[in-house]
Amino acid sequence: MFTAIFGSLESGIIYAIMALGVYLSFRILDFPDLTVDGSFVTGAAVAAIMIVNGGNPFVATLIALVIGFLAGCITGMLHTIGKINALLSGILMMIALYSINLRIMGRSNIPLLNEETAFTTVSSFWEKLGIDPILNKGLELVGLGGSLPSTWAILFFMILVTLMIKFATDMFLKTEIGLAVRATGDNKRMIRSFSANTNLLVILGLGLSNAMVAFSGALIAQYGSFADVGMGIGMIIIGLASVITGEALFGTKTIARTTLAVVGGAIIYRIVVSLALRVEFLETGDMKLITATIVILALTVPKMIDSHREKRRKKQKHKEIMVDLPMESGGEQRAAAK
Amino acid sequence: MLQLNRIHKVFNENTPDEKIALDDVDLSMKGGDFVTVIGSNGAGKSTLMNIISGVLLPDTGMVRINEKDVSLVPEYKRSKLIGRVFQDPMAGTAPTMTIEENLAMAYSRNKNRTFRKGVTKSRRTYFKEVLETLHLGLEDRLNVKVGLLSGGERQALSLLMATFTEPAILLLDEHTAALDPSRAELITNLTKEIVAKYNLTTLMVTHNMQQALDLGNRLIMMDKGQIILKVDEQEKKHLTVDKLMAEFQRIRGEQMASDRALLS
Repeated sequence: MFTAIFGSLESGIIYAIMALGVYLSFRILDFPDLTVDGSFVTGAAVAAIMIVNGGNPFVATLIALVIGFLAGCITGMLHTIGKINALLSGILMMIALYSINLRIMGRSNIPLLNEETAFTTVSSFWEKLGIDPILNKGLELVGLGGSLPSTWAILFFMILVTLMIKFATDMFLKTEIGLAVRATGDNKRMIRSFSANTNLLVILGLGLSNAMVAFSGALIAQYGSFADVGMGIGMIIIGLASVITGEALFGTKTIARTTLAVVGGAIIYRIVVSLALRVEFLETGDMKLITATIVILALTVPKMIDSHREKRRKKQKHKEIMVDLPMESGGEQRAAAK
Repeated sequence: MLQLNRIHKVFNENTPDEKIALDDVDLSMKGGDFVTVIGSNGAGKSTLMNIISGVLLPDTGMVRINEKDVSLVPEYKRSKLIGRVFQDPMAGTAPTMTIEENLAMAYSRNKNRTFRKGVTKSRRTYFKEVLETLHLGLEDRLNVKVGLLSGGERQALSLLMATFTEPAILLLDEHTAALDPSRAELITNLTKEIVAKYNLTTLMVTHNMQQALDLGNRLIMMDKGQIILKVDEQEKKHLTVDKLMAEFQRIRGEQMASDRALLS
């Protein structure tokens, strides 16, 4: 149980970067960008092929980020310059990327089992610091000594990386260009009347979004020790699930709060999935069904709770107002008494 | 300041729905001119505004701002020079962003947007100052999302955002038409104040004849894509709604008479 949750924490915080990317396109730009399914794999493919060929894993991960940026830019250009519908331009790019990813990898699956990845490097550095035994001692003390994690390095390293990306996103969205990107998703006509080139801003926004997605893909490939051409299927829905559950659970008062909510949503999503898979009659193949269920619940339950609360509040108010009003039936009785 | 020469614009050309929106329109405005535009629906007022702002490009003819030909300059580049307030109070602001963020975007209009912070301390002080001129108390609500403001407040904010960077041209497209009478009056007064303060070259479309007479130093009347009446500064001072109506009847009446003669 603990191992499962620890594992979902680790992968959740890596997927959180992808979720932040989806937040950028889906919420900030108001652009349902399906490129994500392809660009996630592109990131994984680029990193994997470079690592297999002896490249530095950190450089490989950064190059994956750049390629993801380019993929997003192309989707943006299809939409703005080509004037293709938003959904369709994403789908077109996703399909195109499937073939491109196969070309990059040269085959459909690249194992990274004995390669030096970003995580193996970080772990071996971490071991020298000698923090793991202390933390594990702590776990033993609270009675979780049965299933100790092999390394804490990945968790701490990824918390650091993801938070850095979160804060960078927050800061970017408050810059002059960031404000214009947000306004592009909010009111295009308005921001155009304030001399902003909305086409360029859409392209930039989608580029940044897919850069994050590809970055996350590159890290997931190294975390799971393989890149597979099919690993991105349904990724956009996982991203949406994270964004929507996060927003519903943690609120959206400010940008900083919302991005934190998205990170939280990504982790919670992983935990829910791993718990669901422990239920006897569910199999690994049911993953997508579980995802769809989570999204549906996250979309409908908060609304139902809200309207239920509203109804109760109104009922209460109605009662309070009506209390000093003579009831209809009472009037009739009085009339009858006469 | 602003020159329009021989502007033609036809929609759906060569189809049964062909509509001549602007027919050989000439207009010239000096710096500080405030021209009000009246005319019935379909007269071409909005098309004229869209041609000036670059939302639409003219079929033929030339648009010049500050003596520079901008006929083919795209909308977003032209908006460096042009401030606009739309009829819909929701159109001029970004609802999910705060008042200060909206002002910051408007502030960047005539500058290049960079990766510097949009709302800095010194800018915030400045935004407060300009918001005070609206007398709506918005200066104390800098962090409120604009979507929570009322229509009148949003339109006042739009007006401020369109003007406080002192654009070369200000275009007001029936910007009080969607408000209740008291809010409309507030916005009208603010318009008067702000245009005078910055001495803005302004073009205002309105359906309200009285407003067209109260504001501005010149007036034009449009019909069927043409400017049928130009009233200069001297004449406008003595103009009344009745005279204006009579003038409209006279011009259109003549034309109708000649049409009838042609058809009979």
